[in-house]
Amino acid sequence: MSALPLPAPVVAASSPAVSFRTLLTKELLRFWKVSFQTIAAPVLTAVLYLLVFGQVLRDHVQVFPGVGYVSFLIPGLVMMSVLQNAFANASSSLIQSKIMGSLVFVLVAPFSHAQIFGAYVLASIVRGLVVGVGVFAVAVWFGPPAFAAPLWILVFAVAGSAMMGALGVIAGIWADKFDQLAAFQNFLIMPATFLSGVFYSVHGLPPFWQRVSHFNPFFYMIDGFRYGFFAQSDVSPWVSLAVVAVAVALSFAVALAMLARGYKLRH
Amino acid sequence: MTTPLVATAATPAAIAVRTVSKRYGNLTALADVDLVVAQGEFFGLLGPNGAGKTTLISIIAGLARASSGRVTILGHDVVDDYRAARLALGVVPQELTYDPFFSVRETLRFQSGYFGLDGNDAWIDEVLHHLGLTEKAHVNTRALSGGMKRRLMVAQALVHKPPVIVLDEPTAGVDVELRQTLWDFIQRLNREGHTIVLTTHYLEEAQALCGRIAMLKAGRIVALDTTRALLARVAGVQLTMRPRGMPPAAVLARVIEQRDGVLTLRLNDAAEVTQILAECAGAGCAIDELEVGTADLEDVFLQLTSDAPASRSAAAIRAADGMPA
Repeated sequence: MSALPLPAPVVAASSPAVSFRTLLTKELLRFWKVSFQTIAAPVLTAVLYLLVFGQVLRDHVQVFPGVGYVSFLIPGLVMMSVLQNAFANASSSLIQSKIMGSLVFVLVAPFSHAQIFGAYVLASIVRGLVVGVGVFAVAVWFGPPAFAAPLWILVFAVAGSAMMGALGVIAGIWADKFDQLAAFQNFLIMPATFLSGVFYSVHGLPPFWQRVSHFNPFFYMIDGFRYGFFAQSDVSPWVSLAVVAVAVALSFAVALAMLARGYKLRH
Repeated sequence: MTTPLVATAATPAAIAVRTVSKRYGNLTALADVDLVVAQGEFFGLLGPNGAGKTTLISIIAGLARASSGRVTILGHDVVDDYRAARLALGVVPQELTYDPFFSVRETLRFQSGYFGLDGNDAWIDEVLHHLGLTEKAHVNTRALSGGMKRRLMVAQALVHKPPVIVLDEPTAGVDVELRQTLWDFIQRLNREGHTIVLTTHYLEEAQALCGRIAMLKAGRIVALDTTRALLARVAGVQLTMRPRGMPPAAVLARVIEQRDGVLTLRLNDAAEVTQILAECAGAGCAIDELEVGTADLEDVFLQLTSDAPASRSAAAIRAADGMPA
């Protein structure tokens, strides 16, 4: 054991900005260290969907006038990857650290609940966007890109990944076991993203299912995101933006309330 | 029970627990717990499993919220002024935890950053050195032994140089050498001015290290006093013997524990040892093994926390040995 003298104790001056930046850095580094699993694998999955569905459905599904099916499919797959990976980042980080016990070192630190929320959601946005860019970079080789309204692309990508990051925080806090999180993902997130118009235009559905789709907030994210590429959509991008904004606000409010109350984190 | 130490505005208590209760539904984990730990103390928190020690530490650390009452760290309320309270506190949790994504140094850098400290590498290097982790600085925490992980948890609690350090059973499952190493280091921290609050099931450690001790039982404080005063409660001598044959009833009446044919008696003083031996000899009961000792913290602990009577009847002892009553 060392014979060096120890400093007298002091209550260290600390910076809340450093605290927030550290937690955000940790969350970014967490997924970057396993980027093969967190980035490369989702890109491959999206490309497989593109290969299979693009080949099988391209002559059978009517989408937007003047837009080939593969070109139509690419934004949907990009956005689906963004949403699913934004959710996975926050939810998996929280459930793992809860089960491993390492979350205690975050909870004993002087974070506000807003700081914790902000770090997890911002990291989720980054991962979602990184995966989205990766998917697009590969998928663009299969169909020509179009950027009719790129600002809408950015707005819906960020809003969608923010909402999914907040849902990931909610799921990660709520779930006590991995299979509970898997149930959340498999029975809620996955169906909602698959049935949101990723692979089809809702105008091709029977009227009943068109109306059902309009109750799915994921539909508006996909549709608004796709509008940024083709200036065509199933509903007005402003309607989509309004719905997504409400969904974002609700998910943020629930996640922040859970953190503020210490629900399942502080007994 | 002694009067709690008085803290002033100029020298607030390191930890002040004011009438804290904690209920989980119908279960009362803590009931009106009151205690004050002065700055610079080495304080012990003891109790059987389920007494509420970890619950109390969780409330102090902000990991749980009291159903009623108030806790302050150096005068800062742990709920209303949680930021200042947590900056002043370092906590070593009971459970062995680590983040498998990062190395030792990364873990400590993150922990420093969580407390708002940038550029803390010089102190991190010192902590690694004091805890014998320098060579493991770049090793992933997954690859550490249990003892190393335990040391890392201590390091994480110290990176922000907290004035108050709480250790929840830090030597559970730890080998003798590491236990001694940790205690040497913790004692040095205390000599340098850090306040230490310790829970442990190793009562000999608490007796050796702690100046003052609180004992919890079923969520309530059953004793709160200096270690010396607690030891003085259980005066006298402890006689442990293995009789060959059945001792007389008068001797059996003094037995406080009986295990595998070995009897433990509580005596008022050493002079009674001779009397006990004489009574056994008079009854034709030889003694194969004999040991005489003074009361220790374990005796105090058992007396205050056990539901069993202090001594057992002769019939109970015969029954335990399988003999006719």
